[in-house]
Amino acid sequence: MNKIDVDQMENQKKTAFKNIQSGSKYQAGLVIRPIENGTVIDHITAGEALNVLRILGITGSTVERISVATNVISKEMGQKDLVKIENRELAQQEVDRIALIAPQASINIVRNCVVIEKSVVSNPEELVGVVKCPNPCCITNANEPVSTKFYVRQSVLICSYCDWHIEKNIHSYIL
Amino acid sequence: MKHFISIQSIPRESIDKLLDRAEQIARHRPTGRPLSEKILGLLFFEPSTRTRMSFESSMLRLGGQCLNLGGAESSVMKGETLADTIRVVDGYVDAIVLRHPRIGAAQLSTEFSSVPIINAGDGAGQHPSQTLIDLYTIRQSFPLDGLDVGLLGDLHYGRTTHSLAYALAKYGVTIHTISPKGLGFPLSVKRSLTRFGACVVEHESIKEALPHLDVLYVTRIQRERFPDPASHYDTLHSYRITPELLSNAQKHLIVLHPLPRIDEIDPGVDVLPHAKYFEQAKNGIPVRMALLLGVMK
Ligand SMILES: [Zn+2]
Repeated sequence: MNKIDVDQMENQKKTAFKNIQSGSKYQAGLVIRPIENGTVIDHITAGEALNVLRILGITGSTVERISVATNVISKEMGQKDLVKIENRELAQQEVDRIALIAPQASINIVRNCVVIEKSVVSNPEELVGVVKCPNPCCITNANEPVSTKFYVRQSVLICSYCDWHIEKNIHSYIL
Repeated sequence: MKHFISIQSIPRESIDKLLDRAEQIARHRPTGRPLSEKILGLLFFEPSTRTRMSFESSMLRLGGQCLNLGGAESSVMKGETLADTIRVVDGYVDAIVLRHPRIGAAQLSTEFSSVPIINAGDGAGQHPSQTLIDLYTIRQSFPLDGLDVGLLGDLHYGRTTHSLAYALAKYGVTIHTISPKGLGFPLSVKRSLTRFGACVVEHESIKEALPHLDVLYVTRIQRERFPDPASHYDTLHSYRITPELLSNAQKHLIVLHPLPRIDEIDPGVDVLPHAKYFEQAKNGIPVRMALLLGVMK
């Protein structure tokens, strides 16, 4: 190994070390490797990664290979969570559910190591079959063959059948 | 108008049109038998004899026929979903009047029915035909815009007051709520009213609110709903409408009540010019006739 190579390695190490110290983007790279195929959900509200997994029905017994990073330092958000799911692309309903608890999240679909689709989640105006109505007297809790339907007004969900307002703990009502 | 489900979803112009039509009907009975080819289905999953009779009478006066589709007492429908019931009976009739204990039942029915659904009360939700009658009765005394209307009683569970408040919001009315602690509007109703731009003033005492009012709408406070049963007697008494109390009201104040009343209004009030609740009960027929014509013609 000649001197230049050694110097170069030293420099790289120094940069990496500096990056870790300053908490730059490089840190996430160290924590989680890129994936070949699947979905990367980035910019999740810090602390919500596990709720995102719950929404996606991912439990300890699912087969997908999952990487989760919580409280990663982020330039825009201070702290954020990150989830990578290998070999799975999300359906629109799943994206809608994620939007409820992580409105800033961005979703990158990766095929053959290339990001082929990058989208920011957006709260839809209506949520059909995403949230259970907490009102026990609501007709949607009576075994009828209908999906729940909620209107989204700012951060409040309103049941279209019984007018119930969900303002807090939205994640605990997600179906 | 295809269905008649909730007062919020009906624009003010359509409400005015229905009320105008009811006024015409009250003045001159409609000529001929405009609904003679039609059958109205009555599907009541909880008993409400008055409401049912009122719809039946209205239909018969328009020359139509009624078919009682059963409901709570019908063994056929036990265990069947409402969706299935609606899908079957909509083939028998030209419109369905539905009363059901669950909120949102009428809206759900519209998703499975090929004929118009009229909501005759869904749990603690809406009772929009009663609301039309209330508006109609107020309008007989004054134009609706900008009034001060007091809603008294159990505003938490009372479905008539919710529907009425939503309707009044369309007319820029100031709503004064008068109810014991714990029986005020549910938060969701308050939020919705605010969203519709309604002005709501809350009172606990009728004495405090009364002098401001043009209309006083009285509803029952059921004992079992009372948050503190030990104190209910005194409290109920303080909300009772008596001739003495009304001596502090504006001269033009009108008092309404959806009836039946128990003892919320002293019988001594009946003879005062304020009392409009028997008028209100009579108005049920022309208003429901206008409604039936509205969905079937
Ligand atoms: Zn509901």
